[in-house]
Amino acid sequence: MISLLQEAATTAVEHSEDAVADAAAHGDAAAHGAAEAVGLPQLDITTFGNQIFWLVITLAVLYWVLSKIALPRIAAVISDRQGAITGDLMAAEEFKQKAKEAEAAYDKALADARAEAGKIVAANRAEIQKELDAAIAHADAEIAARAAESEKRIGEIRESAIGDARAVAREVTAELVATFGGSVDQGAVDAAVDNRMKGALQ
Amino acid sequence: MASEGGLEFHPMDQFVVTPLFGDGPVRWFTPTNVTLWLALVVLATVALLVLGTRGRGIVPNRSQSVAELAYGLVHKMIEDIAGKDGLKYFPHIMTLFMFIVFGNLLGLLPKSFTVTSHIAVTGVLAFAVFFTVTAIGFIKNGVHFLDLFWVRSAPLAIRPVLAVIEVISYFVRPVSHSIRLAGNMIAGHAVIKVFAGFAAIAAVAPISIIAVVGMFAFELLVAFIQAYVFTILTCVYLKDALHPSH
Repeated sequence: MISLLQEAATTAVEHSEDAVADAAAHGDAAAHGAAEAVGLPQLDITTFGNQIFWLVITLAVLYWVLSKIALPRIAAVISDRQGAITGDLMAAEEFKQKAKEAEAAYDKALADARAEAGKIVAANRAEIQKELDAAIAHADAEIAARAAESEKRIGEIRESAIGDARAVAREVTAELVATFGGSVDQGAVDAAVDNRMKGALQ
Repeated sequence: MASEGGLEFHPMDQFVVTPLFGDGPVRWFTPTNVTLWLALVVLATVALLVLGTRGRGIVPNRSQSVAELAYGLVHKMIEDIAGKDGLKYFPHIMTLFMFIVFGNLLGLLPKSFTVTSHIAVTGVLAFAVFFTVTAIGFIKNGVHFLDLFWVRSAPLAIRPVLAVIEVISYFVRPVSHSIRLAGNMIAGHAVIKVFAGFAAIAAVAPISIIAVVGMFAFELLVAFIQAYVFTILTCVYLKDALHPSH
């Protein structure tokens, strides 16, 4: 396998040298590049050492740059961003909590104010009721007093009316008895009149 | 040799390793086009991952977004496949991924040299992965690493057969790992060159150009996918090394 490759490589090198000479002779080196490939250039093991040498250097440099500079930097940026996002979310959560608390405080204040207002209304109502009751009681008392007074005066008037009527009836009766020629027995007349009036006045 | 003015197909010329200065022989230390394009891969990686992130923005700009995307892609891949203990090897795997993805992408530039199309390069990468992963496996698990080849979930009778198959497949890994990447790169670039060669004929030139454009788009996809595949397989191998029991 290896010997085959080497053989191929040596022939390839010979051919490519031929090709270089050929191309130079034709003056079209620029069109084809510096060399022309014979077979697969990938199998030309004379270039392997060169490729591997430079590749190892490249990988070492690349690894150094990535592990020392690029990747730590990107990792830091990403974790910073994560931190910032987490921080912002937490701050938002905090604000939300505060808003909730403020709402609760507002609700409580509102309820308190309502209760207070209710209390004031009740107190006022009670006071007014008391005043009203007092006024009604006062009015009732006055009405009762007035009524009693009126009752008394009506009683007096009635009493006096009865007295007057009795006197008038006695006089009229006595006058009538006298007119009809009887002798007036004042006592009998009074008794008779009183007897009649007892029924009428009751 | 192609004739003057006719069809000229040199699909493999782009892969030839040549010295940067002069026409001398390619010795192991000679600065070649390989050196140049390897250096450009490093520069591109530095440009994206170092210069691109120099703003260190909490809100990233465009280049920082891409850098973080690459970082997140590989980071998540390792975490998902190899687990948290695989993250210790994140810089190594990230190095592999960035190297391959930029090697592939820069190789698509016209007149460029594709470093990842060379077996020597992909072979070194694959064998580096193979030996590192095997070493990690034995260091972390000792003899139990060999459980990887002893499939306990299978019936006892067929376990020896499976063990042979597992061992073979284990040792074929670096070969398939490297040839997959190089093969994809060689084939795609060669096909583009062949299509481009047809453009010399005026009648088919439009079709040729459209085909080249289509192939180029496809190759962009392949460039990324092959880097992804190489990295994901590395993660799978790492997982086997860290947790060898089936």
